[in-house]
This record gives sequence, structure tokens and C-alpha cells, in this order.
Amino acid sequence: MAVRDALEGYDEKTKTQVEAMIDAERRALAQRGREPEDCSCKTGMFPQLGRRSVLVAAGSALAASLAPLPTPARAAERKAPAGAVWRESPNDPTKVPGTPTAEDGGYGSRSQFATELRWRYPTPTTLSSWTMTPLDTSEGIITPSGLHFERHHGGIPTIDPARHSLFVHGLVERPKKFTMADIKRFPSVSRLHFIECSGNGLTEWRKPTLKTVQGTHGLLSTSEWTGVQFSTLAREVGLKDGAGWVLAEGADSAVMTRSIPLEKLLADAIIAYAQNGEALRPEQGYPLRLILPGWEGNTHIKWLRRLDVSDQPFMTREETSKYTDLLGNGKARQFSFTMEAKSVITFPSGEMKLPGPGFYEITGLAWSGRGRIARLEVSVDGGKNWNLAALQDPVLPICTTRFRFPWFWNGQPSVLQSRATDETGYVQPTLQQLVEIRGLAGPFGSVYHLNAIQSWSVAADGSVSNVHA
Amino acid sequence: MSTLRAILTLAAVLALTQTVQAQQGYPVRLDLGTTPTPQDLAQAFAIPPDGRGLPPGKGTYAEGEKVYADSCAVCHGDKLQGIPTPGIGGDKLIGGRGTLASATPVKTVESYWPYATTLFDYVKRSMPFTAPGSLSDEQVYGVVAYILGEANIVPKNAVLDAKSLPGVQMPNRDGFVADPRPEIQLYR
Repeated sequence: MAVRDALEGYDEKTKTQVEAMIDAERRALAQRGREPEDCSCKTGMFPQLGRRSVLVAAGSALAASLAPLPTPARAAERKAPAGAVWRESPNDPTKVPGTPTAEDGGYGSRSQFATELRWRYPTPTTLSSWTMTPLDTSEGIITPSGLHFERHHGGIPTIDPARHSLFVHGLVERPKKFTMADIKRFPSVSRLHFIECSGNGLTEWRKPTLKTVQGTHGLLSTSEWTGVQFSTLAREVGLKDGAGWVLAEGADSAVMTRSIPLEKLLADAIIAYAQNGEALRPEQGYPLRLILPGWEGNTHIKWLRRLDVSDQPFMTREETSKYTDLLGNGKARQFSFTMEAKSVITFPSGEMKLPGPGFYEITGLAWSGRGRIARLEVSVDGGKNWNLAALQDPVLPICTTRFRFPWFWNGQPSVLQSRATDETGYVQPTLQQLVEIRGLAGPFGSVYHLNAIQSWSVAADGSVSNVHA
Repeated sequence: MSTLRAILTLAAVLALTQTVQAQQGYPVRLDLGTTPTPQDLAQAFAIPPDGRGLPPGKGTYAEGEKVYADSCAVCHGDKLQGIPTPGIGGDKLIGGRGTLASATPVKTVESYWPYATTLFDYVKRSMPFTAPGSLSDEQVYGVVAYILGEANIVPKNAVLDAKSLPGVQMPNRDGFVADPRPEIQLYR
């Protein structure tokens, strides 16, 4: 079968791993009420229901689910997706009163008809695992906090902020213990930044493996983060001569640690207590998280409890045996922090199906750990010709930028690509370029820092799939 | 209101305004927070390659063998081979030397980890997975000696302590390079 073909060339162990991933993605698609098998009913993959519902072919599964009448099957389920509350949907909502005000207890939830979910990568244990953001349905540049990707190494701790504190010590003149109340009294900043796991796309080095943009790029999310600049705390404690690195430590059961160059912390680090206008979510580090704009996600230590100022890196497990990039020559890059310029088309993307030739607005996200996106080009012929896309405001440094491109599909097979250039002039490379430089060290290549151009193939029947082109 | 009184009032308002203005702006320091007590940081540690901060105590292969059997083997396997099955997922700890440049690199403590101090730090910090921080320092020294002994990195009669552990030479000590990105090949 097709899945097995896609696995040709992998060794048995890797095949098992990849099969589990593909299976997890398939289950996630099925849970969203979508038909994962090849068929003519894949219109359910359209992301923007409101705006594009006109494109939905009558009689499709999706159209049925959008109809005002609850179908017997749906009514019988009386089930809402995570983050929603199930309510009867009346034939005509203008003829009966709706839900009483404040019945939600004072905190709202999403519509029961909004079904997008993070899905979990099938690591052996759920305590050390990760989930992917559904980028196929992403709108604008902000990720809803409840859909922000996750990576945990020892589960999600439940932390009472009244008993949480941040220690700043080591090579400082005045070591300090800050309560959460202390932290919040400091002058603060709010900034929009993406966080991307450096393992984003690790299945895609050798062959197109996962089907959806959630699977290939879903370890990327963007939030507005509010907190205290590290530089503010640095003056509070007084940095001593010789200070060069800082150990950041989390209060989870992994007691996660990374060594961070002081230069980066003083440049733009934020000790964040809020995300998208409210307290951090527990899975995002409540009550305190280190934000290192543009650096690999693992360095954004969650549940932050300690900053130990030192003259040297500590060479922790996460910065030696993990999050190092093994090259084809057997050497590994260490402290490869920066997430380089990258982009991906989110519509149309893998497993969607275009109903026929005509106009489509291609849209997607571009981002760079080195600053603003300066240019985004789209190709509809596999990289032969490139066209400038419009960058939607705001275009912020070290933040996702939404791009849009008008496309008249002529019905012929096409390969869609996007290519980002950031303000330093760095141009998003092809996969081939990266492999030529780094080599392929095993089934998943260097694992980390795959920022290559993504290709989506549109077949003559309109179905979209993940390809290497 | 007399002219004099108006002038005095104006002067008072001006003086008050100036006083308030003198207190405006962001201070260099807020003097928030408290000085940590020794007990606050008694449990804190992070061990760099020079071994700074390694606790007192020592351990041997023989002592570590028992700790490993009791606390580690359930996830990492009785031969340190790793158990990748669902619900467990312990990494393979030994083997893989000479494979890093091959098509199927095997990354283990033996083949990949550059510093023995990292193993001590990580075991003390995060292991055993379901009861992190539950091993005594002696037990951690012991289990590190056992793993490094099974990996043929230290002899099985070695005694590991704060003095000897930083001196352990790991096989892949020189296997790491600095991040060269942005890669110059992309500017040709």
C-alpha cells in the first residue's frame, strides 16, 4: 500500500517509528471528522470554513456538518471537541433564545463546530512527548494559546504561583529570590514572537513522510508574550566580571536545563508571565517562562525557577546528547540556537482538495529568528518561476508574517512552493542545498534545523500532497 | 485672593510638581526580591565539565549495578539496550561506537555524550524517570560508574567521585563543532 511505499529505504526500526507517526496523523484527521483515505470527498480539508464555504461541494461530508439541522448522528453524539461545550443547535436560531449570558462561568470557550486539535507525536511515553499546532486552519499570525505546540520532557507540572519563585544567583553581586509578585512589579514588555522547535520537520529529510502541514511544520506557534526583560533583572542583581553564560532551569520533573550565552539574554530575552493577554497556560510554562526570541524552542525554559550566572556553559544533557545536529561526517553541531528563515504554504496544503480550476488565494506563514521577513516568493511550478507575494501587516521582527498570493489554477498538475528572505538577506534554502552541506546522518538526517522550502503537489483532480520537488 | 497669595500658591504647586517629577522615570534598580538563604539554594546544582559543584561521596561499578537493576533496568533494559516500546521508551545507553558517520548512527552515552559530568548531572536531576531526584549522591556516583563501566569507558574497579569523574575521557569528547550558520555555502 501507499504508506509502505513511502517507507522504502528506511530501516526496520525507523519504519516502525514513521508508521506510528503516520498512524497518529491519520487518527488525528479521523477525529476531526475528515476522511483520511484517498477519495473524492476530501473537500473537508478546507481550512477557512466561513470564507471558503462557497467552495464546498454540495453533498460533501463537510456541507452536511455545516447544515443548520443537527444530523441524527451528530445529535446522538452530543459531543464537543476539546475546549468547547456541546449545545443543541436549533433549526432556526432566530426563533429561540440562545444561551444565557455568563453561563460559561465567566470564561468563554470555542464553538463546538471548531474541531481543530493539536495531535501528539507517538513517542513511547506521554510524559516525554510533543504535540503539533494545526497550521492548516491557522488564521493571521497568532496561535490560540490552546493550540500552541507543546514539548514536555517530564509531563506538565501543576505549580501554585504563591509557592513559586525565581532565583537569580551565581556571578552576581546581589543574589535574589523573586516571588511572582516581585516579578510582576518590574517594568514589563509585550512582544509578539514565534517559537519553533528545532525538531520541526524531522520526518521530512529523506522523503515526504507526513501528509499535512500540521505534521510537517506544526512545531511552530506564535504568541504575544508579556514579561520582564532579562536586562532589567540583570541590573537588579548586578552582573560580575567573567559572567558569560547563564543556566536556565525549569521546575518540572525533568528539571529542564539549558545554558544560554549572556549576550543573548541581554539582547532580547523576556522572563514571561503572560501569553496572549492572560497568564501562561500550564503546558506553556505557568507561571514563568524564558522567552529567547528566534532561538530553538527547547531553550525557552518553561516553569522557570532558576538562573545561575556562570563563566562557562554547563554542557547539560539537552545541549550535548540532544539538540545537537549530527552531520553526515559524524561530527555534530552544538549550540545551534538560531531558527533560520523559513516559510510554508498553509493553504492549500497536504490532504486538502481543490474542487476545480479557478481562483484561489494561496496563503501561508514566513518567519526568521534573525529579524523581519523582507520578501516572500511563491512558485506554482516547482521553483522554476518565482513571484512576489504580499506580506500582510504587521511584519514584525522574529515573528510569523502572513503572506497572500492570488492564484488562478488552470487545472494542470502544479507544485506550490514558498521561499522566504529575511532582512539580513538570508534566503530560505532548498532541501537539496541543506543535505549537500550537512549530509544525511541516519534516517532523520541531522534531525534538527530543517528550514528548507516545502513543496505541495496539486494533482489534476485537485488533491494536494506533500512532495519533494 | 491676593496677588501675593496667588504667587505663593503657584510657587507651592511648582515645587510640588518638581518633587513629583524628580521621582518619575525608571529607576536603575527597584531593590525587589530577597536574598536567598543557604537552604533556598541547598538543592540547586548544575555540574559543568570541570566538575564544579559535584557533591561529596563516591560510587563503584558494583554498587551501581544494584542501583541500576533496582531503578533503571525497567526502562533502559537489563543490558542497557534501551526499551523503545510504548509506555516505556528508555534510551539505549551503551554501544554505537564508530557508527556516528554511518547511515545508521547510534547515539548513546558511550558513543555520543562528550562529558561524564553530564551523565552525573542528568541522572541526579531527572532520573529515575518516575521518581526523579530520589537517588542519593552515592547511588548516582555508583550508577554512573556502572554505565561507564559497561561502556568500557572506565574500568570496573574504578571509584568515581568529585575528583575522578571530571577526568573521565569520553570517546566522543571531540565530536562537536560550533554552529557555523548561516552556512557560507548558501552565499555562493
